[in-house]
Amino acid sequence: MTTAQTAYTGLKEQAIASYPGDKTLIHVGTASCGLAAGAREVEQAFSREIKKRSLDAEVKEAGCMGFCYTEPLVVIAKPGFAPLVYGGVDEGLVERLVQDFLSGDDPCYEYTLAALEPNDVFPTLEEFPRGVIEQKLLLKNCGMIDPLDINDYIRREGYAALARSLDGDPEKVLEEIKQAYLRGRGGAGFPAGIKWEHCRNTPAEEHYVICNADEGDPGAFMDRSLLESNPHLVIEGMLLAAYAVGANRGYFYIRAEYPLAIERINYALLQARNQGLLGENILGTGFSCQLEVFEGAGAFVCGEATALVRSMEGKPGLPQTRPPRLAECGFRGQPTLLNNVKTFAFVPGIIHHGAGWFKTTGTEENPGTAVFALVGKVNQAGLAEVPMGTDLRTLIFDVGEGIPGNKELKAVQIGGPSGGCLPESALDLPIDFDSLDEAGAIMGSGGLVVMDEDDCMVAVARYFLEFTRQESCGKCTFCRLGTKHMLDIITRITRGEGLPEDLEKLQELAEDVQMGSLCNLGKTAPNPVLTTLRYFREEYRAHIEEGRCPSGMCKDLIAYFILPERCSKLCSACVGSCPTEAIYTRDDGLKAIDQEKCVKCDNCMKACPEEYHAVVKLSPPHKLKEYERM
Amino acid sequence: MELTCQEQEQILEETRKILEEHGDGPEQLIPLLQKLQEKLGYLPGPAMERVAQSLDIPAVDVYELATFYNQFRLHPPGEHQVQVCMGTACYMVGGEIALDSFQRRLDINEGETTPDRKFSLERVACVGCCSLAPVAVVDGQIEKHVTPTRVDGILLEYQGNNCGSASSTGHQPGRDSGKEGKEGE
Repeated sequence: MTTAQTAYTGLKEQAIASYPGDKTLIHVGTASCGLAAGAREVEQAFSREIKKRSLDAEVKEAGCMGFCYTEPLVVIAKPGFAPLVYGGVDEGLVERLVQDFLSGDDPCYEYTLAALEPNDVFPTLEEFPRGVIEQKLLLKNCGMIDPLDINDYIRREGYAALARSLDGDPEKVLEEIKQAYLRGRGGAGFPAGIKWEHCRNTPAEEHYVICNADEGDPGAFMDRSLLESNPHLVIEGMLLAAYAVGANRGYFYIRAEYPLAIERINYALLQARNQGLLGENILGTGFSCQLEVFEGAGAFVCGEATALVRSMEGKPGLPQTRPPRLAECGFRGQPTLLNNVKTFAFVPGIIHHGAGWFKTTGTEENPGTAVFALVGKVNQAGLAEVPMGTDLRTLIFDVGEGIPGNKELKAVQIGGPSGGCLPESALDLPIDFDSLDEAGAIMGSGGLVVMDEDDCMVAVARYFLEFTRQESCGKCTFCRLGTKHMLDIITRITRGEGLPEDLEKLQELAEDVQMGSLCNLGKTAPNPVLTTLRYFREEYRAHIEEGRCPSGMCKDLIAYFILPERCSKLCSACVGSCPTEAIYTRDDGLKAIDQEKCVKCDNCMKACPEEYHAVVKLSPPHKLKEYERM
Repeated sequence: MELTCQEQEQILEETRKILEEHGDGPEQLIPLLQKLQEKLGYLPGPAMERVAQSLDIPAVDVYELATFYNQFRLHPPGEHQVQVCMGTACYMVGGEIALDSFQRRLDINEGETTPDRKFSLERVACVGCCSLAPVAVVDGQIEKHVTPTRVDGILLEYQGNNCGSASSTGHQPGRDSGKEGKEGE
């Protein structure tokens, strides 16, 4: 056996020995989303109850399984039972589980979400419709392992790919990645192998690797979840990349808005260093690589590679013209390999199982899987990993279980501020790097927002434009001023002050901004406007010509009204809910809204009991007069 | 805002300490400013000037960075920091309504601090808890499903004893308290 392999075998034995085999293990999902839903309280409740009853059980942290809709999630692995997942756990359920399952032998199947291993009693995740479609190459261990425990990762073949590669030629790693045709997961889909080779072949004093974790798209949290749930996977991928391109130094560029991800990566780096998997003379092979975290200071444009590097050098993040590419002249003027978190995270799997394994999933031109943050009006919001080429309909209706409240799907926003809004008719398009182009959207890094009939497309376009206008770095005139003008026009439209010629002007400006911008922020900023103009033009028209917002979302174009014939005189739910005391009781006992005071916060509409359903939104607001007369 | 001599001295002292530890060159500028803000809560003018001096670069270069990146603040934050998420998912289900409600209750605009420095309000672009939308982060704690009613609840919670009743009309919380002490007017 060779050096690295011998060292690794020792580590693995250690990891296996550290596993308390006969103990009940309770994993509480403590990624950001879990914590927000109350995972910390759940974890403490378990510890408390276990201590109280002096049970032989251990509470551990785990990452995110992707089922955001039913956090906090808990996995209980009790010897003699298949590991079971419980969703929506609160302190009451903790007590029940400890009493019935941990102390007794009743797993409380009525609360179980799924089992993690095949058994005779309860279906596994793979047996649910969602599990049939999903294929977890990347997220496989997320939620199953403790992100704070390197042994958990090593026990599951973690760092095996690194150990094997370090004994061989770096070329072999590069060759495998090229063979696998791994495409960059940051959004552009550039073949990683070509980039790596380019970087490797550029002679220089020093090479650098940088992991782009500046995930700035609003509504996207794939990278955060991965970093928080399985930090060692990304670290191993970075090390393999560093070995392949001949780099001895690397950086995680993580945005400061992700404190937990930063904390966990830092902790994981420390552990890896202590185990001899990072730093000088890794696994005794003479290969050295230092990795550290650079905290991004919050600028969306720094997701662009050249801007990111500038900001690491202590300058404002302004994109630069390319070429030269970063692979030739990047950080500190040296050849730099920059890839997205997910790209690096695919590497250990590809090296471990081989390029063939990777290519069995997805399509020929787009092998592997794609991870989506499925959010918005969808029943099972969360992270989903599906093979490349899966169509949007499958993703939304089979994986996401459709739209809540039997509403109609109106649009899918894919790719964040650089992407577009696609209508129902585009749902059968396969999702990969190439196919959405024609429809005017991009796959992007994986944000996917589902919208229903209550969402106004003009307001959505305005929202994204406001974002890009604010985040434009100001270097290119068209991006800086063009987006501002577009925003002014579209804001006017949402206020009902649009002019008939506005649509044409918007279209023209959008095309100019696309052409006149250097980086992809500006080049893609008009996409949300262009796609909504293309597919939802009638909504723009309704705003301009009738002063009406068909979805009732644009505040200036709606008014709230309480229908006297539906209002119950005996109920005051709406009165109490109003934050501005705009709702009053009329002499005849019915409720009414003082329009002067109303701030259109939607509270009364939500508060009005379903059986009355008396509060309605009227658009355009002058309809109010008709209703009042009736 | 003017700083008292004492405050100024304190700021310079902290800046000196941080520069000693981390001031290795202009490349360290962002981490340096991050450390400074972590310590002082914001980036006061004198601190930025001292940093420029120490790194031997024009002060405007430091100011350029401080205004380019969203993370940096040029004014002291409130005792409690309210961040309203404006990610896509939050926006779709009423993020703006939540922001409006905070603005109305605190009687300030986003990016501002209440005159008593109790609360500061800002919008952030997605904290990644989209399934709990709309979301607000108060002092690092994530608050889910933030409706106008919940906004009142949150503010009452953080106002402590300043406001006795649990009515929903708590305008301009704690205006009368905590005026002296921190402020250097």
